[in-house]
Amino acid sequence: MLITCPYCGPRNVSEYTYQGDGNRTRPDPASTDQAAWNEYVYDRLNPAGDHHEIWQHSGGCRAHLRVTRNTLTHVVTEVSFARDAGHRKSERHRKPGAHA
Amino acid sequence: MVEQESPLKPVWQPGSHGNFAAGIGVYLSESAPGSIVQLAAWAGKEKAVLQAIKAVAGLKLPDGAGGGAPGEARAAFGFAPGKFLVIDEQEGLAERFTQALDIETGTVTDLSHGRTAIRIAGPKAEWVLSKFFAIDFSATAFPIGAGRSTVHHEIFVHIQRSAPTQFELYVFRSFARSFWQALCRASEEVGYEVQ
Repeated sequence: MLITCPYCGPRNVSEYTYQGDGNRTRPDPASTDQAAWNEYVYDRLNPAGDHHEIWQHSGGCRAHLRVTRNTLTHVVTEVSFARDAGHRKSERHRKPGAHA
Repeated sequence: MVEQESPLKPVWQPGSHGNFAAGIGVYLSESAPGSIVQLAAWAGKEKAVLQAIKAVAGLKLPDGAGGGAPGEARAAFGFAPGKFLVIDEQEGLAERFTQALDIETGTVTDLSHGRTAIRIAGPKAEWVLSKFFAIDFSATAFPIGAGRSTVHHEIFVHIQRSAPTQFELYVFRSFARSFWQALCRASEEVGYEVQ
């Protein structure tokens, strides 16, 4: 699997570190909203298809990247610097407590 | 300044090695510069850092990812967004950058004792490096002066092409001896000379 870093160009996935789901919104640290924290920590979309992810080019320029990767084919369709784009608002959320 | 001692000393074996009967494929050496300095610009301050590099080191870096300026006495290249490595054969470069760059523009990190500079030169340099790193070493993809950051397994390396068949490798000092031994082994098939 290749990820094309906006700075370094196409590099092997072994140079990158997965930093998790890119759809999450961290609640206000002062918040005591249990449902919001539960969703942030545990609930994942787990889609079969395009997935928004955060990767770090740890074996290269060390930048954090927003990547859209297809979980079925591993085709990476979109890569940008996380710091430029800011947080991508989730398109949808799993409802807390919902069954798969 | 504290005297620098090479981490390669215990395994340093000058002379020709490997399959050199048909000619030397690569020349390996330690360039041991006096200063290796990392500069990092805050967001939007890249141009000011590039100006400081020009003022302090006299090097004009081209725009764009991995752009660099090679040189015997001084060299510099970008290796990440807003981050640059500047190398000087003289000591004291970090102090000069600390005076030239204010904290609102960027940061200066003195890596002179933290990196080991290894030079690989010769007709088979691209071939040997291609065995280590999964990047394109051809002259079109990796022009003279350009910088790259990559890894060989867990060993992080900054690479600058300083001449058509010459590359400068900047390796973490604590990994340098192990990396050097691997580099020697990989160079055996083409014949190498340690200078």
